[in-house]
Amino acid sequence: MTDASIIRPREADPEFGDYVALLKPRVMSLVVFTAIVGLAAAPSGVHPVIAFAALLCVAVGAGASGALNMWWDADIDAQMARTRGRPVPSGRVAAGEALALGLALSVLSVMMLALFANFVAAGLLAFTIFFYAVIYTMWLKRATPQNIVIGGAAGALPPVIGWAIATGGVSVEALLMFALIFMWTPPHFWALALFRNEDYRRVGVPMMPVTAGPRATRAQIFAYAALLAPVALAPAFTQVGGWVYLAVAAALNLRFVQLAWRVRRRSEAEAEADGYAAEKKLFGFSIVYLFAHFAALLVEAAIRAATGAAAPFALI
Amino acid sequence: MIVKEEHELHKRRRRRNLALGGVLLAFVLLVFAVTIVKLANGQMIKAF
Repeated sequence: MTDASIIRPREADPEFGDYVALLKPRVMSLVVFTAIVGLAAAPSGVHPVIAFAALLCVAVGAGASGALNMWWDADIDAQMARTRGRPVPSGRVAAGEALALGLALSVLSVMMLALFANFVAAGLLAFTIFFYAVIYTMWLKRATPQNIVIGGAAGALPPVIGWAIATGGVSVEALLMFALIFMWTPPHFWALALFRNEDYRRVGVPMMPVTAGPRATRAQIFAYAALLAPVALAPAFTQVGGWVYLAVAAALNLRFVQLAWRVRRRSEAEAEADGYAAEKKLFGFSIVYLFAHFAALLVEAAIRAATGAAAPFALI
Repeated sequence: MIVKEEHELHKRRRRRNLALGGVLLAFVLLVFAVTIVKLANGQMIKAF
């Protein structure tokens, strides 16, 4: 007789915190913030209770797509230092449970958003979850170096959902907020990929530095940063913009293009010599960059609400 | 035989169950609050 039955590995027995970790709270916070800005910048308001309930649906929907992503990617997450401690690869949550939680919360969040707000917002949320979980995670991520370029659409939709919660539709302003995040995603992720190249190479995710090499990636980062600048300035000339946004966007874009140019000029040997300092700086600044743009839109919305003044440079 | 000994696992499960119960209660209160607001505003509230 052996005692193998006694020492069999403990089954997954998650704590509540593991469920929370499945919903990627840090990604969720950015989603909620941009959705709040989309909602606040919109010309028509909604009752605070409705706004709170609707934003909660957006947060839960985003979390659900995060859980689906962790269910699908558990095999590669287990091999990367950054993601090894996630609930599924570390064995704290069973894969099937992550899938069940993701599916249940997806359906629930979309359904409740339709009831709390409207069908346009709910439809956009459903599309966002589908795009992130199926198009990005299951299909593009392991298939093409354009994965994050196209997948960025999922991350760019929350302000549009926020706008739709308030107005029941979509407008130029909402699409410009979408374009801002969409164009920002590639330089943001490729800066990270440059100094995390080894991780991605090992697990076979075709990030740009893996397939096209660091040289081409650096050129692409700068190209996107340069194209991003006019897109980021454009909202200043709509109903959601104003002096504050114009000033903030001008300063941020100048700095972003400057940092991207520095990354563009460097050779891989130079980058390795100083531990990817310029790439890490660009990555760190890219987070501040996006946050500050949306914070400026929030300030503009507060100014309009307080003074009742129209946007000073609105062309449309 | 009744196992009386409290294991660390039982404490962990109780915490999880209480937290999930709290989430469900919060959800009920949220739906109630939204219903009150929609009724007060005279909005269309039919659930299709």
